[in-house]
Amino acid sequence: MLATLLIVFREAIEAGLIVGIVLAATKGVPQRSRWVALGIVGGIAGACLVALFAGELAALFEGAGQELFNAGILLFAVAMLTWHNVWMASHGRVMVDQTRQVGIGVARGQQPLVALSIVCGVAVLREGTEVVLLLYGIAATGGPSWAGLMAGGALGLLAGAGLSALMYFGLLTVPMRHLFSVTSALITVLAAGLAAQAVQFLQQAGYIEALTNTIWDTSWFLSDDSIVGGLVHTLIGYTARPSGAQLIAYLLTITVIVMLMRFQRSRPSLRSF
Amino acid sequence: MRYVISSFLAIAAFLMSFSLLAEEASFELTLKGNQFTPAALTIPADKRVKLTIKNLDSTPAEFEGRDFKAEKLIPAGGEVSLYIGPLKAGSYSFFDEFHKDQTKGTLLVK
Repeated sequence: MLATLLIVFREAIEAGLIVGIVLAATKGVPQRSRWVALGIVGGIAGACLVALFAGELAALFEGAGQELFNAGILLFAVAMLTWHNVWMASHGRVMVDQTRQVGIGVARGQQPLVALSIVCGVAVLREGTEVVLLLYGIAATGGPSWAGLMAGGALGLLAGAGLSALMYFGLLTVPMRHLFSVTSALITVLAAGLAAQAVQFLQQAGYIEALTNTIWDTSWFLSDDSIVGGLVHTLIGYTARPSGAQLIAYLLTITVIVMLMRFQRSRPSLRSF
Repeated sequence: MRYVISSFLAIAAFLMSFSLLAEEASFELTLKGNQFTPAALTIPADKRVKLTIKNLDSTPAEFEGRDFKAEKLIPAGGEVSLYIGPLKAGSYSFFDEFHKDQTKGTLLVK
């Protein structure tokens, strides 16, 4: 039961942290709960589908189907996070000014909501697939410990959701005028971490062959396998043994996002993009 | 949005351009009764290798490296391949994420 609890807890917290950041980043935007909920429900449905067709997926692209799928949705999430940040760079200030007004442009608020809804969906889908397969394995094996293992799963999910809520309410203590700068920074490193993960999948599938050697090893300090390591991995993309290609992807993503945000901020028109 | 898409396409193209043809050694692992065979697999150091894993069990597994990068689902009765390394000489461990305590193995890099 404890093993199941820990695995489910870990997956739930990884998806939950991302949802928490998204919720904080969209504070004051009308209908955001609906969009985030839609993303989560879509992610759960997607996770069940992917788990169901895991065999078929794995066989695609000469056995690289899983990796290409994972890298694809991760890079898609990176693009969505970038879009959100760049959009916020030009509209954020206006939004803060208008938060107290009833009915700020809903249409205006919807673009990043679609983007962030997709990000939540991707996070839940990725972590959810493992949970579904794990619980399926338990259910298929049966045995007397079945109920205990399922209880472990439920408790893990609850604990993960609780910690994510803590993260969300922690972020909300940041004063409103700084909140969007903080969430933009969090989203930038989150995107960089996802890009580095995508590169790992492409390496594993054999699509990236150069620069796959380990650049440094800080596992003695903080291992990916520990709970804290897992949290830092989700939040800022920490990994104890990054490859050269991963490091390039990480730094390149941050550079591109920051440059696009600067470029967008310096443009006078708010209607563009 | 145009800029975002083109930027990421550029990044993808940049990383893919590193992809070159290379010959690599192949190794095999089998999973049966929640046990890896061989329990200790030896691979060459400082070389990228291809690892093929067959899951003969009726439940899915997830192959994961504890101190090297690898993470791949293996459907029940399925077979998957993945690339790992290059790794420095040493002893590494791997496991099935779904049976963490029970299903483990060692990767000896020489």
